[in-house]
Amino acid sequence: MTEMAQQTTATSPGHVEYVMRMGDNALILGQRTAEWCGHSPVLEEDMALANMALDLIGQARMLLTHAGRLEGRGRDEDALAFQRNEPAFRNLTLCELPNEDFARTMLRIALFSRFQLLLWERLLSSTDSELAAIAAKSIKEARYHAQHSGDWVVRLGDGTEESHRRAQAALDYLWPYTAEFFIPSAADEAAAEAGVGPLWSTLEADWEAAVRPLLEEAMLSLPAPVPFRSQGKFGRHSEHMGHLLAEMQYLQRIHPGARW
Amino acid sequence: MERKEWPLWEVFVRSRNGLDHKHCGSVHAPDARLALQVARDVYTRRQEGVSIWVVQADHIVASDPDAKPELFDPAEDKIYRHPTFYKLPDEVNHM
Repeated sequence: MTEMAQQTTATSPGHVEYVMRMGDNALILGQRTAEWCGHSPVLEEDMALANMALDLIGQARMLLTHAGRLEGRGRDEDALAFQRNEPAFRNLTLCELPNEDFARTMLRIALFSRFQLLLWERLLSSTDSELAAIAAKSIKEARYHAQHSGDWVVRLGDGTEESHRRAQAALDYLWPYTAEFFIPSAADEAAAEAGVGPLWSTLEADWEAAVRPLLEEAMLSLPAPVPFRSQGKFGRHSEHMGHLLAEMQYLQRIHPGARW
Repeated sequence: MERKEWPLWEVFVRSRNGLDHKHCGSVHAPDARLALQVARDVYTRRQEGVSIWVVQADHIVASDPDAKPELFDPAEDKIYRHPTFYKLPDEVNHM
């Protein structure tokens, strides 16, 4: 990435927020997924989940570093990850929800990675060259996440009575939070205007086209639509977010600036 | 609760194009597709490979360890089978 001209000026405050939001998604879902480390049902999946968590945290590092540069207030990846308070985080609520069980963990990654994949595809041609470079690296990771989690969703949904029950419960719980992906936002407008990235609302049809066949193959039925809209990407988070941040930020909060 | 073990898969990784796949360990997985994925996660995290084979361990037919004397000992005194009695021309460097 060092050989590329690094974009260091934001085209608008919306541009910064757009990149920050993607960084926060990756960071918070990475943190959640990493909670499985040492707790997975089998060693093989322990490593698979840790690998996916580390991919996400790697994406978060690049995105937050870039967002910090664009913002121009001297905040690096660590300052953004560990020294912001809850309302400053712009991640989708879906990313911060508790893991609950293996079914919900895998289904969440399946739903999110399919969204992320669409986003990375569009961002390959972003006018923000740094973001385009991050997309080129991350799209490969998202493809694997989508494949691995999707394979599990099918095996759990179309598996035993218990695995089906858990997968369906996971879908009933997570599905209402997916509507948030596509709520229009001012940051989207600004980013789309400058050619930085797509309006997230325009990805809805493609996302559903990717998700529905998977859920069908998994013998899962879509819950009825509800008017509820989560608001994490606008900084209004669920009751779970504070606990996640307390754990994630603990060390930097009691030893500010501590380094390895 | 009944606890069924997933089948065991032997994992073979080719580290570079042109080299052979080498046995590097095993994984438990419910089926072949996931066996490949977890083999990737367990054995190629540090760029160890460019290709993976998995074989269900049950499908490997192994020689009987007790049959070692009749299988392998007769080769012991046939040192003429080793190509060490030839003088190789200098041009042939990598035999």
